[in-house]
Amino acid sequence: MTAVTAPVNKIIPFSSVDGPGNRTAIFLQGCNIDCRYCHNPETRVTVVMSGHNPDISEAVITVGDGPCQVDITHMTPQAVMEQVKKQVPFIRGITVSGGECMLHQDFLHDLFVLAKGEGLTTLIDSNGTLPFSKCPELLSVTDGVMLDVKAFFQADYETVTGSKNTYEVVLENAVFLAAQGKLEEIRCVICPSLYDGKKSVRALGEYMKSYYEPGAFHFKLISYRPMGVRPEYAHMLTPGTDYMNELAAILSEIGYQDTVVV
Amino acid sequence: MRDISMDRVQATRENILGIIKNTSLTHEQKLTNLANAADGLLEVLDVPEGLDDLLNCDADRRCICDLFEGHAPMRPRYIVPDYEKFFKQGSAFLQLEPPTDFFEALNHLLIIYKHVPSITNYPVYLGNLDMLLDPFIKDLDDETVKKHLRLFLTNVDRTVLDSFSHADLGPVATRAGYLIMEVSAELENAVPNITMRYDPDITDDEFVLAGVRCALKTAKPSFANHKMFKSELGDDYVIASCYNGLKLGGGSYTLCRLILGHIADRARDIKDFKENVLPYVLDIQGRYMDARIAFEVEESGFFESNFLAKEGLIHRDRFTAMYGLVGLADAVNILLEKEGKSDRYGHSEEATRLGVEIMEIIDTWNKNHVNKYCEATDGHFLLHAQVGIAEDIEVAPGTRVPIGEEPAELVDHLNVLSNFHKYFPSGTGDIFPMDITIHKNPEYVVDIIKGAWKKDLRYLSFYSSESDVIRITGYLVKRSEIEKFEKGVAVLQNTTHLGTGAKHNGKILERKVR
Ligand code: SF4
Repeated sequence: MTAVTAPVNKIIPFSSVDGPGNRTAIFLQGCNIDCRYCHNPETRVTVVMSGHNPDISEAVITVGDGPCQVDITHMTPQAVMEQVKKQVPFIRGITVSGGECMLHQDFLHDLFVLAKGEGLTTLIDSNGTLPFSKCPELLSVTDGVMLDVKAFFQADYETVTGSKNTYEVVLENAVFLAAQGKLEEIRCVICPSLYDGKKSVRALGEYMKSYYEPGAFHFKLISYRPMGVRPEYAHMLTPGTDYMNELAAILSEIGYQDTVVV
Repeated sequence: MRDISMDRVQATRENILGIIKNTSLTHEQKLTNLANAADGLLEVLDVPEGLDDLLNCDADRRCICDLFEGHAPMRPRYIVPDYEKFFKQGSAFLQLEPPTDFFEALNHLLIIYKHVPSITNYPVYLGNLDMLLDPFIKDLDDETVKKHLRLFLTNVDRTVLDSFSHADLGPVATRAGYLIMEVSAELENAVPNITMRYDPDITDDEFVLAGVRCALKTAKPSFANHKMFKSELGDDYVIASCYNGLKLGGGSYTLCRLILGHIADRARDIKDFKENVLPYVLDIQGRYMDARIAFEVEESGFFESNFLAKEGLIHRDRFTAMYGLVGLADAVNILLEKEGKSDRYGHSEEATRLGVEIMEIIDTWNKNHVNKYCEATDGHFLLHAQVGIAEDIEVAPGTRVPIGEEPAELVDHLNVLSNFHKYFPSGTGDIFPMDITIHKNPEYVVDIIKGAWKKDLRYLSFYSSESDVIRITGYLVKRSEIEKFEKGVAVLQNTTHLGTGAKHNGKILERKVR
């Protein structure tokens, strides 16, 4: 079998918030962009292992210090699958998240092949900055993608992410995945201090409308909350319930069903 | 009838006066307590030798507990009338013809509930409500049905003053079932307890999802593994009282329980426990239950005189008895400690293995013990993992992992429990407070239930950590009512008192939130 590994930040055995039903959620280390509101900044740091011995399936590395310190385990898909199997038959599938898990496509592919063998469904939670159209093999074993659209307009997107050249890829991914029937969810973190949520959500809703039919995909609107974010951004405002409900109403007006607000 | 000492008479008189003067008890609660005190003066049962030292010793040494059943049982502990038959034939005793519409059906039920005895003096089984009522609502619109269900359920909550009272739903989805859940979620009453008999092959996903949504609002329904109960008790089983599987048209004569931790205290080591101490207590509790059953069947006159039996709504030969236990976790921990080991129940394979070995001994004992009045269950009792009572101090319910010691991950917790549920056809259950976030994802809970059924789990309850109605052990109470009772105000329901005790002694508000 393959000796590919990925840096695993944590595995949550039962998760109710990472896709439909009960799922084991696997968080990989490392991200390629820098959202100001990132709730798990510790998963962003990329870990470079020097002299990595491919025979070792698990190696623990500690990054950061103080409260930000995390233990990262380099694991093979097989090793992760052993952890997942403990939850069968209580789970319906797995979700791989990050950081940005699409930085580890070979690992994802092999893990999903193993998961399919156990009768589990497979979801990817991605920031959408890497093109899904370039990895048909991975998509063939992926049931769906939960795609972050950080903001609909380029300037807002760049404010939020600090990323200059990924904006177009995200929107291309949204369209491509919807057309392939692989778009599970579009998630938007709503943070009024950073951009106009109403304008962005309405424009995104209109943009995706022609790819939508009821039951195909849904929106998840997530209120920005200061928990876990870096101290320099903790002052940003949390949107009120009314504001969030207004956004959901905008989507429902356009014709989207089952919008989730959290 | 045997004589008793004047000291005991004097103590009873003081107890009676205390009950009369107690300002925290309602009138009905006083009557029940007075009757218990009176019957406590009798000595008519043919009890086995050695019982006294196991039953009537100090609470911290007690090995057998008869759960306030009194000294001269005048009716079975739990009675499960066949309400469907009642609807078909009416009742001569109650002077009722069969109901012809929904309104009469509800009224009939409210009448008969007042005449179904039990240990609590309130009916412990209210019927498979959705199946019972569904035929009557065909021509009625939702609003009319809900309006009358609201009145009916509110009536039940304010007059059946005990949460050890159960209505069943399912396993087949019905319109009545959906409406009952909708109204229950809206009312947020503690009574009745509700269970959905759930079989993924029979029950619609939408129905069980509606059940989960309702449970996260108001701690009910709970979910029973329909396939499992059916394979043990047959198609005509019901869930009554806390979570007890019993035969329709029958019930349970009695329920006594082993306090396994205290039994383990009396053993030198594991070997002594398994070979001497436990078998000795098993035999005495068995013979004590035999004596209680013999009195009920042969002397009390209940089955000859009560209208439920005379009109065929219950049948003596559908009754069985529940052989209960608490504190498996305590026994395992105590015994391992006696062997110099620090393993804890819920956290080590060795502890689980010892728990299973203890259950095997109890199960084998039961399979070899015959009571001629338990024909309904092949002449044997049904094992029951009892939920504990408010007076229990440091006693773990049934086979549960004690509150505060639950494994960090729910999956590990479920895997431990999956070793034990199969032993208890007359009921065992585990309770999981859920974080509010899963209101948004009830399928999460359904996945857990589906997996649990595959792993031989029998019965699960969930409630949101933020709702007012909460599950104590096998019954529900309102947090707000406990708060009133703690301030010395008389509250309507008996189980609020139990809940208050359980809050302090049983730490139920400290359960691990999932
Ligand atoms: S994409 Fe996710 S992990 Fe990466 S910086 Fe943004 S919020 Fe953090």
